Amino acid sequence: MKILVCISKTPDTTAKIAFADNNTKFAADGVQWIINPYDEWYALVRAIELKEADAATVIHLVTVGLADCDPIIRKALALGGDEAIRINADSHDSYYIASQIANVAKEGNYELVFTGKETIDYNGSSIGGMVAELLDLPYVSLATKFTLTGTSAEIIREIEGGEETDTVQLSVVVSCQKGMAEQRIPNMKGIMGARSKPLKVVEPSAVDAFTAIASFDLPPAKAGVKLVSPDNPEELVRLLHEEAKVI
Amino acid sequence: MSVLIFLDQADGHIKKSAFEAACYGAAIAKQTGTIAEAIVLGSINDDLAAIGQYGITKVHTVKNDALNHVDAQVFTKIIADAATATGATVIIFSNNFNGKAIAPRLSVRLKAGLVSGAVALPDTSNGFIVKKNVFSGKAFANVAINTAIKIISLNPNSFSVVTTIGTAEVAAFAANVDAAKVTVTNTNKVVGEVPLSEAEIVISGGRGLKGPENWSLVTDLAKLLGAATACSRPVADIGWRPHHEHVGQTGLAIAPNLYFAIGISGAIQHLAGVNRSKTIVVINKDPEAPFFKAADYGIVGDAFEVMPKIIEAVKKMKGLI
Ligand SMILES: Cc1cc2nc3c(=O)[nH]c(=O)nc-3n(C[C@H](O)[C@H](O)[C@H](O)COP(=O)(O)OP(=O)(O)OC[C@H]3O[C@@H](n4cnc5c(N)ncnc54)[C@H](O)[C@@H]3O)c2cc1C
Ligand SMILES: Nc1ncnc2c1ncn2[C@@H]1O[C@H](COP(=O)(O)O)[C@@H](O)[C@H]1O
Repeated sequence: MKILVCISKTPDTTAKIAFADNNTKFAADGVQWIINPYDEWYALVRAIELKEADAATVIHLVTVGLADCDPIIRKALALGGDEAIRINADSHDSYYIASQIANVAKEGNYELVFTGKETIDYNGSSIGGMVAELLDLPYVSLATKFTLTGTSAEIIREIEGGEETDTVQLSVVVSCQKGMAEQRIPNMKGIMGARSKPLKVVEPSAVDAFTAIASFDLPPAKAGVKLVSPDNPEELVRLLHEEAKVI
Repeated sequence: MSVLIFLDQADGHIKKSAFEAACYGAAIAKQTGTIAEAIVLGSINDDLAAIGQYGITKVHTVKNDALNHVDAQVFTKIIADAATATGATVIIFSNNFNGKAIAPRLSVRLKAGLVSGAVALPDTSNGFIVKKNVFSGKAFANVAINTAIKIISLNPNSFSVVTTIGTAEVAAFAANVDAAKVTVTNTNKVVGEVPLSEAEIVISGGRGLKGPENWSLVTDLAKLLGAATACSRPVADIGWRPHHEHVGQTGLAIAPNLYFAIGISGAIQHLAGVNRSKTIVVINKDPEAPFFKAADYGIVGDAFEVMPKIIEAVKKMKGLI
């Protein structure tokens, strides 16, 4: 059983969002980088749990990014990945990234490809579906539970207003979210071991991007809160009805 | 050349977010001097000719019970065929659960650039540039689509539904419906509740409410206003409320007209899921709670004293007492 987990790097959830170079680039100065939470907490940890339940499972990690991704890849290895592949390219185009991942996936013949639900910086929610289409595999998005029975998987996924239980034959691409697993913290043994685990760097294959970010904007600042006295909450209801016109 | 809109349905009815997508697609058609057509898959009980009110000229239907469950692979093929048959150069989805499953596949299949999470009409004055949410609502990116066919998925609640007079032609589209590789063995929908992602008003509670036994302060107000209910992450984690109510960075991102937060501190990860709401109301006893910085209206006070009075006032406003 071979699992490929897609790992991306994002700014820490509390990072200040600002832009540089005439609003064409994210201002990365002083930003702390983390593994995208969906990739780490849910996709990777569930893959590790599957491996713990089956000695024959291997977990490969794939990241499309430059050398500044190596620290977060090492952390993912410390948590329990066996081997990592970094495709040495910097892109925010989902199709470009998905194509690189699909190439790795094809070569490695993985039964399972896990992605996170979305990246918390570019919010594409696209890579998993694109990789699945490139590989002509089924894609189950927004999974909250994943269990294996032989060569088929039972997956619970979120749908609008509820959930759905799916069964599917491997191989399959799954995007993972809350519910799949619990966050883990790497231990000392994992951190030491990660140093000697393979991190292979490969050059990207030539792919034309479909999209390009022209610029960024910040939303206009809020006018400020209008406070109502706690002795007169009726006034709040009046304001929402007459001024904001939302109730 | 035309615009094709995927109209998402549930239980035989077109979803509210699909009407937004229809109006958005019709506006792009107008802007680019072409027509807007739509496609609906599965068995529909609504009057589809009435979709003309949203600016749609023609609705293509594939009536087939197998399509009442969304299978991204099967849907992608049919929509790709329809796009080719209608000569669509712009394809619109709602950026909801189904849109997120189908649009990326279609992008690969049609070699069409995708912008997901659009919040405004494209700028077509020089190329084709779409504004989308990035950094969980903390910023926008203006993204150029450089392919001949363009796919946009529109964030729910970011484009207003405007109706005019009009009737759409309804025509069956002859599609090859493949067998789904994913088998749905069970669906479990919360009945009778407003789905959080589509709600115009959301009443939400945090750890400040002390325990699940106090949730009537949230649910009573929600019932009165026809609102959905939500909660902060710790509230779902401790099990006071179901997981699907959790909003924020790691939960659902929503953009209702009114987000009413009770006993929630307003941590940055919580705000990431709700900061696109049009009006934010915060009830918190701590004047230093960060949520007040993101709020439009607020009361610094004890929720247990303030909320019953608010609920009474809403009842009065509605003429219920
Ligand atoms: C990577 C990451 C991702 C995260 N993702 C999310 C997410 O998606 N969603 C999310 O919500 N959180 C998320 N969090 C957690 C987040 O940081 C906060 O811990 C959480 O939002 C706090 O929840 P809370 O406001 O309900 O509780 P608290 O922080 O405990 O705040 C309770 C508030 O209630 C007020 N209060 C107390 N008593 C009363 C009273 N009687 N009347 C009125 N007010 C009262 C207090 O003043 C306080 O402001 C995430 C954290 C991390 C690190
Ligand atoms: N540069 C990348 N390298 C590897 N995996 C990625 C990359 N970008 C996104 N992913 C994966 O795809 C998921 C969805 O990303 P997105 O479609 O960009 O929101 C993420 O949670 C990751 O698992």
